[in-house]
Amino acid sequence: MEKNNILTIEDLYVSYGGIQAVKGINLTVPEGEIVTLIGANGAGKSTILRTIAGLVKSEKGKITYRNEEITGKATNEIVDLGITLVPEGRRVFPDLTVLENLKIGGYRRKDDLSKDIEWIYELFPILKERSWQLAGTLSGGEQQMLAVGRALMSRPKLIMMDEPSLGLAPLIVHGIMDIIKTINKQGVTILLVEQNANLALKIAHTGYVCETGTITLHGSGKELLENESVKAAYLGKARK
Amino acid sequence: MKTSKKIIYTIILSVLVLAFLFFLDVNKNQYGMAYTVLQKGIIMAVVAVSMNLVTGFTGLFSLGQAGFMAIGAYVTAIFLIPSESIGDVYYISGVSPVILNFKTWMDSLPSWIQAISPYIALLIGGLAGAFCAALIGIPVLRLKSDYLAIATLGFSEIVRAVISSPQMDTITNGSYGLKKIQGFTSLFQTFAVATVCISFMILLIRSTYGRAFKAIREDEIAAEAMGINLFKHKELSFVIGSFFSAVSGGMLAMFMRSIDSKTFSISLTYDILLIVVIGGIGSATGSILSALLVTVSKEWWLRFFDNPLYIGNFQVPLFRTGFRMVIFSIVLLIVVLFYQRGIMGRNEFSWDRIAENLLKIKKLLRRNPKEGGSKNV
Repeated sequence: MEKNNILTIEDLYVSYGGIQAVKGINLTVPEGEIVTLIGANGAGKSTILRTIAGLVKSEKGKITYRNEEITGKATNEIVDLGITLVPEGRRVFPDLTVLENLKIGGYRRKDDLSKDIEWIYELFPILKERSWQLAGTLSGGEQQMLAVGRALMSRPKLIMMDEPSLGLAPLIVHGIMDIIKTINKQGVTILLVEQNANLALKIAHTGYVCETGTITLHGSGKELLENESVKAAYLGKARK
Repeated sequence: MKTSKKIIYTIILSVLVLAFLFFLDVNKNQYGMAYTVLQKGIIMAVVAVSMNLVTGFTGLFSLGQAGFMAIGAYVTAIFLIPSESIGDVYYISGVSPVILNFKTWMDSLPSWIQAISPYIALLIGGLAGAFCAALIGIPVLRLKSDYLAIATLGFSEIVRAVISSPQMDTITNGSYGLKKIQGFTSLFQTFAVATVCISFMILLIRSTYGRAFKAIREDEIAAEAMGINLFKHKELSFVIGSFFSAVSGGMLAMFMRSIDSKTFSISLTYDILLIVVIGGIGSATGSILSALLVTVSKEWWLRFFDNPLYIGNFQVPLFRTGFRMVIFSIVLLIVVLFYQRGIMGRNEFSWDRIAENLLKIKKLLRRNPKEGGSKNV
């Protein structure tokens, strides 16, 4: 039996200031999986995420979340439904403390946040140590953890991460990938956009390859890792 | 530090402040200068905190404060000119029948309402300011940084121009301004109104809304991605900030007893901006402190620079009218160069911080004698 799709994108077109960045994309995210979207700079990966999150308006196409159409909805409504974006480049609030950052993540929720804060501290013990520190004083890796933790505070069913490995040391990137796997095991579906195709495909159940606004390839993570053209284009391995 | 200790200290401080105010109020003839200057200072503190709420906490660089103050001041003033003085105030162009009817209606109200009329006047002045802010906020808040500053500055000038225009003569008395406005009865009244206003804003800043405002200031995109409705929160902050600007405008009208449109020119906005910058952009208590400091030094402590100074028979050059402002500008330059984040930065007043600083000073004092000794050798 096929798994339920938490998110379905049909024939999505998005334009940015006159330039068409996304040209007719179809994509499905099955519930409980890690789905990755890889591709070069300017392929339109981030635009897709930003459109799902409601930060950018689509031109044409349909985005469905659990049988409900969310195309054109405001970001706060989409967050309420259970989709949260971890924006590119971390974007923590530098002059707020770690705790305040986490509380902002749960801003849309009116119930008690203390349990979730405990949960985040369990996932990222370093954040507990630094809870009174200003977020701007954290290291890059810690900031990325905070960005992920902040997004988790809204209790998302689907968390979208835009290049979490950007600007981080290789060892820390591995740590982040482990965290993504842990979060996924706790029942959160993940849509991961990455330039580090090798790592992303290794942890992903499904992968999509995005080129200049269209999806050119799709398959399981393993399949794509072994695909010759993916190897040549993104994994830096020469064709035999 | 323990919470009980903090509460005790806070009570002691409040009692001291109240005692000081009471002392001034009783001896106001003797200490007229301090009395006046403090009153103006606390009014400036209200508007400075309101500007800080918009600029420092929400990150909206708005320069419309003088405009909102003017709206609040004129509404409050029209309310509070006693009906028997109306004819004297509008002696040139006459009074609009609307105001006359309003005044007779007000006189017919029961006496307890007339007793609290200053508060009603301030409230309605504030609401008028908030209403204008809500209207212009819709188009203007879509602008960012400098553009927002220019647009709000323009609004403030439009308000001033409308108030002083001859078409408005029967309502605002045009360029002659309004006078004989009912004033504050005591220093306590001014401070009580100011305390209520400032406390409300500080509570707002410390609430979840305040946290959302700060998030917008730090990073709009991230704030939006967290589900914070940017426009709604910006509008909220702008409207509330303008409400309190307008209230402080009304307080200024009550304090000065006579106002005209020139009071609310751009330079007033700059004065407020200066207070906010010196106090620390993003620190409410900093704004209060700096409002009192700046007003007191400008109007009082630096006054002696304006009078000729003789040492023996020698008249010190430069000491003449206006030199005070030169000194003031130099002080400003120093602040901007060496204390870029203002007196308080983004910190708020807290007993913990004071205790920390006291400890540091203690340590320094303990260490210094030895160091001083070695230097002397």
